[in-house]
Amino acid sequence: MRMGTRSRLCQQLSFAASLLTFALITVFLVLSTSQPANALPAFARKYGLRCSACHESWPMLNYFGQKFKDNGYQLMNDRDAPIWQNPSYWPITLRMTPSWRRESANKVAVDSAPTGEQRLTTSGFNLSGLDILTGGTLEKNITFLLVPSADEFGAFHFESANVRFDNLFHSPWLNLKMGKFELDSFISEKRTLTLSSSGGGYQLFHFIPVGDGNIFGQLGDNQLGVEWMGHSDNDRTRLSAALISSTDGNVDVPYGQNSYSVFFAGSQAFGAGKLGVQRIGGYAMFGQAPTTYLTSAGIPIPGSGLGNKTYSRVGFEGLFYLGSHLDFQVFTQHGSDSAWFGACFGDIITGTCDPANNNTTGVLPPGTRNPTWNGAFVETHFVWNPQFTIFQRSEWVRMSQQAIPGTPSNLGNIDNYVFGYRYNPFMTSRAGFALHNEYSWIRQRGTSPVTFTDLSTNSLMLGFDFDF
Amino acid sequence: MRTRLQKWSLLLGAAAVLALPPASCAQLTQYDLESRIGMESHIGSITGHAKDAKTAYRRYCTGCHGDLGDGNGENFPWVDPKPRDFQLGIFKCRSTPTGTLPTDQDLFDTIARGLDRSNMPQWSTFTKEERADLVAWVKHFSPRWVNEKPGTPIEIPPEPEITPERIKAGRDVYARVQCWKCHGVLGQANGPSAATLTDDLSRPIAAYNFTEGSRPKCGDTDRDIYRVFMTGLDGTPMPSFADNIKPDEAWDLVFYLRTLMSQPSKAKTMAKQLGLKPVDPNAPAGQQ
Repeated sequence: MRMGTRSRLCQQLSFAASLLTFALITVFLVLSTSQPANALPAFARKYGLRCSACHESWPMLNYFGQKFKDNGYQLMNDRDAPIWQNPSYWPITLRMTPSWRRESANKVAVDSAPTGEQRLTTSGFNLSGLDILTGGTLEKNITFLLVPSADEFGAFHFESANVRFDNLFHSPWLNLKMGKFELDSFISEKRTLTLSSSGGGYQLFHFIPVGDGNIFGQLGDNQLGVEWMGHSDNDRTRLSAALISSTDGNVDVPYGQNSYSVFFAGSQAFGAGKLGVQRIGGYAMFGQAPTTYLTSAGIPIPGSGLGNKTYSRVGFEGLFYLGSHLDFQVFTQHGSDSAWFGACFGDIITGTCDPANNNTTGVLPPGTRNPTWNGAFVETHFVWNPQFTIFQRSEWVRMSQQAIPGTPSNLGNIDNYVFGYRYNPFMTSRAGFALHNEYSWIRQRGTSPVTFTDLSTNSLMLGFDFDF
Repeated sequence: MRTRLQKWSLLLGAAAVLALPPASCAQLTQYDLESRIGMESHIGSITGHAKDAKTAYRRYCTGCHGDLGDGNGENFPWVDPKPRDFQLGIFKCRSTPTGTLPTDQDLFDTIARGLDRSNMPQWSTFTKEERADLVAWVKHFSPRWVNEKPGTPIEIPPEPEITPERIKAGRDVYARVQCWKCHGVLGQANGPSAATLTDDLSRPIAAYNFTEGSRPKCGDTDRDIYRVFMTGLDGTPMPSFADNIKPDEAWDLVFYLRTLMSQPSKAKTMAKQLGLKPVDPNAPAGQQ
């Protein structure tokens, strides 16, 4: 009897100890992950709005955030001009993502492998690059964005650097921007929720057919140029046109002597009751880029490019909401390059193609055709609540015509699948912090380094994405 | 056996700890809110439902107005003026007489219009249905919406033709009802009472400066300005003048206020042609 009583007492004490231990651990975890940030996200602290006001799940914009951006990072009220801010306000945000990653490629060139290729899997802790995002208003209706960005080794470049004149002549239809900027697709790769090596970027934003020398049609790379953008008061109708140098955003005009591209985008949003505001639109990019260069001692001279050839990218984009929890982004592309690019004339400056591919003779290799392709992706976000988002993206690129006759028709085709979740333990108007877990898989046909069979890689990442 | 027991106790402990935050929130106020989750709003043919706005409120509004709608969100210490306490059921921008609840349409319009000189932006990006849901959600915070009905919107007569005489008459009204005491003789919000103004919660509040170019809080049409005189801005020192100003005089005052504003207007041009002088606080009544 006494033994039984003692046993029950021990059990009760044990229960209490377990409860206390768990509570202490929980409190520790909560406190350790909820420390106030030392600095403040630039726009959120300026206006006192939570991340979720502008971001479906940061960094992806929602309609309100898109309108804010289109107004030149202004809410169009009396708080926009920096003169109204506290003098200590500093419009700077830093973003970085320490993570653990597992990367696996099925065919890596290995000397000791019987076929010359074998699977290689690596895991470990890693860092992303660093983005220093500074932006806002210099004065009411004069906007700037400057983003010095470092890769994971600390090498900096200017990801964005532009000034925008907003609402010229008091019209939202007249906004002019000059500098280096993101092309105006409302589905933005810069604001994608996916971060892993195999799934972080949109393939269609950077697709180049195998053996192609045209690096200039990459929608996902910020470009140097000037942009007109106009929108209706409520931002439901958006139009833009940009004239850019055909340099893929590289400074010092390293390619053609006179090579430009244009990018057009337009979209229309419409209300669909409680489903939310839907947006559909399209884009078109047409450009010229050089295929021949003057040389010095046989080496191509940067900026001397001539023999412009053309390329195009056109497509549809849509953002569809099915209530406050579920949305779909749809993006399509039909791309075409000049046969010259297909034969790997074009970028011989940075080594995409052999410097010997210098179109001095003006004769296209026999039988070469314009490489063309089609592609699409569907990205889904299930926003359980503003703090927790599950996402997936499925993307496909299919060559419809290879440049060189006899090339396997599926060479370079891409399949890419990504899924994951993003959890913000807290949400304030001061800092952004997300636990990010993602898996991605990508396969490109016929591009393994030795046997030229299918190359597939997959990535698993678990990281902390934070900005402040 | 003991190990199993420890596992169970750990599991129960986990459940207990996870249950703590909701339990701590389960105060009487929360209970009241839940009992009013069926609140509706009616905007034309659209019916808004409070329960459908929970996510949107959390996404866009909680940071200032707080989870309980008491205006005590995380930004409360930093923003000025302070966020509205929805639990009080008192609103500045109404079409209804002072002291009464606003109509659903009033709240609906305020959400989209935003409130200049505050941190409330223009939330014009919602669909009408989403906005109607948010109106219902705002209403569910206050028991007033259960016990009272909104006031009847005031009648606004058609706007008369602006004339120099009306502008001068408006100046007389500005002097007679002593607008200048708060707004200043030039409309620069520097009248003798301006520094002492507080809202109903005894927090300092600034009078509207007509000259700085910002939009009037409750809309910038002539009708919007007229409405403010006649309804007052509840919760602030701006009273209703419905008992002191006749409708015709209110229109005169609207025209005079337009002369003080920095935006170009017909009234401003006329005032310049007239050589209109500011009110003289020391002038005898009727002798401006």
